[in-house]
Amino acid sequence: MKIVVLVKQVPDSGAERNLRAEDNTVDRASANNVINEMDEYALEEALRIQEAHGGSTVTVLTMGPERATESIRKALSMGPDGAVHVLDDALSGTDALGTSKVLAAALKRLEPDLVLCGAESTDARGQVLPHMLAERLGVAALTGARKLTVDGSQLTIERQTEEGYEVVTAATPAIVSVWDTINEPRYPSFKGIMAAKKKPVETLTLADLGVSADEAGWAGALTTVASHAKRPPRSAGVKVTDDGEGGTKLVEFLVSEKFV
Amino acid sequence: MAEVLVVVEASGGTVKKVSLEMLTMARALGTPSAVVFGDAAGLADKLGEFGAEKVYVASGDDVESYLVAPKATVLAQLVKDVQPAAVLLGSTQEGKEIAGRLAVKLDNGVLTDVSALEPDGTATQVIFAGSAIVKSKILGGIPIVTVRPNSLTPVAAPVTPAVSNLDVAVGDADRLAKVVERVAEAKGARPELTEASIVVSGGRGVGSAENFKLVEELADLLGAAVGASRAATDSGFYPHAFQVGQTGKTVSPQLYVALGISGAIQHRAGMQTSKTIVAVNKDAEAPIFELADFGVVGDLFQVVPQAAEEIRKRK
Repeated sequence: MKIVVLVKQVPDSGAERNLRAEDNTVDRASANNVINEMDEYALEEALRIQEAHGGSTVTVLTMGPERATESIRKALSMGPDGAVHVLDDALSGTDALGTSKVLAAALKRLEPDLVLCGAESTDARGQVLPHMLAERLGVAALTGARKLTVDGSQLTIERQTEEGYEVVTAATPAIVSVWDTINEPRYPSFKGIMAAKKKPVETLTLADLGVSADEAGWAGALTTVASHAKRPPRSAGVKVTDDGEGGTKLVEFLVSEKFV
Repeated sequence: MAEVLVVVEASGGTVKKVSLEMLTMARALGTPSAVVFGDAAGLADKLGEFGAEKVYVASGDDVESYLVAPKATVLAQLVKDVQPAAVLLGSTQEGKEIAGRLAVKLDNGVLTDVSALEPDGTATQVIFAGSAIVKSKILGGIPIVTVRPNSLTPVAAPVTPAVSNLDVAVGDADRLAKVVERVAEAKGARPELTEASIVVSGGRGVGSAENFKLVEELADLLGAAVGASRAATDSGFYPHAFQVGQTGKTVSPQLYVALGISGAIQHRAGMQTSKTIVAVNKDAEAPIFELADFGVVGDLFQVVPQAAEEIRKRK
């Protein structure tokens, strides 16, 4: 089985994240740039499928600026065979719809049986990409998986919902997005880190993918961020130390705010 | 005035609150029309109460037995037919997924997690764990936006809606992901986490699955939903489905009560936009107190039972 894992480099959600004053895009220069956390679960799931099904390959696909190379090497250190990096100056400013156009073109070229990705990224949290890709490629999208079973070309997921879960099936080729409940990602081994340095990373430009520059980037974007502002930080209110009446004081506060 | 399509979210024959919020939002943009996928019986009255002049219904196996793709196809056709001023969907997993497909079908931009939408199409989004606010716009198309639950207070504006059935004409490409089973996992009578006006959450400090009864007890006294921090769900104290945070649900209730939660950035990402925050933690230096409107430094096993008792007394 040919598996492609979508990996996005994002600003670390555990640190301060900013938008740039000049163009309202993510300030990547000042950020600690890491693999989107949910994508690590997709990588782990791909590697487990590869281990269980002989003859499978796992390829990382990333669209992003030059510095995304660090995240690609990190992903490869977990065990995938190689990576494809869509890298083009004209990609700056691409919105979700444009991203799906570019990644769909890359996936057409790679012809995977299975595409795995995180259910959402920690920066945009849009959850729109897997279905956008499925729509463009005419393949199934099994999204929000907390469990994935592969039986030949038949895929079955448990999809987490508000009410419980749904069992959803499809045949390959398909896109599966995963939540962090699906597995526990491995840590890269020292051997894995050394091996990752030698693994092939193919770089593709928009021209290579047959996408014209005005279909991506600022030129192709159908959404724009007009302005941004820091949300005023919450200020701490009253803090009392429990002197035996802490619970009562808490309720008095709730009453004063009309919650009780 | 042009129609504004509101894709209704419902559960167990009840319209979810976010749908009523969207109808309220839609009235400022045009004439609200509700779109129901599945059985509309029992929903139309409620939708009319909140201003839906029309209710479009698409039902049947093709819509209900497959993941989102058929819904997007039906919705795209409706958009072409009625040329709405905007399409509003809930900022839920399914709402976002339908929106994503619709955007591709119509080659139209899409904005998610929108908390306000102006008549000129300017959308407000709170991003980066509640630390920044952006104003965004869709260029050259109609606003297709997903609306974050608890963004506004639903206001009734009763009308008698005209209910009509939509033709469901979907292709094989829409029938690739088949839903073979729907399994309900017990959550009792508590409100849904993302929609609840009050959320009571427990963290690592709760200590065990057994002790979460304390969190549930307080939640039930307040008519609240129960949430949990990642530390608590990863430790197996409470099911993952109830996780609030960067990798879980984002909630924005009127009142958020954090019990034994330190307030790591991972957690704050999911609750920072709550209107009022109350915290109980034994560590006076816990970062949750930086956000809390009212904080009690103390042992939650003393404070919470006392609070529960006090609420009972006042009821």
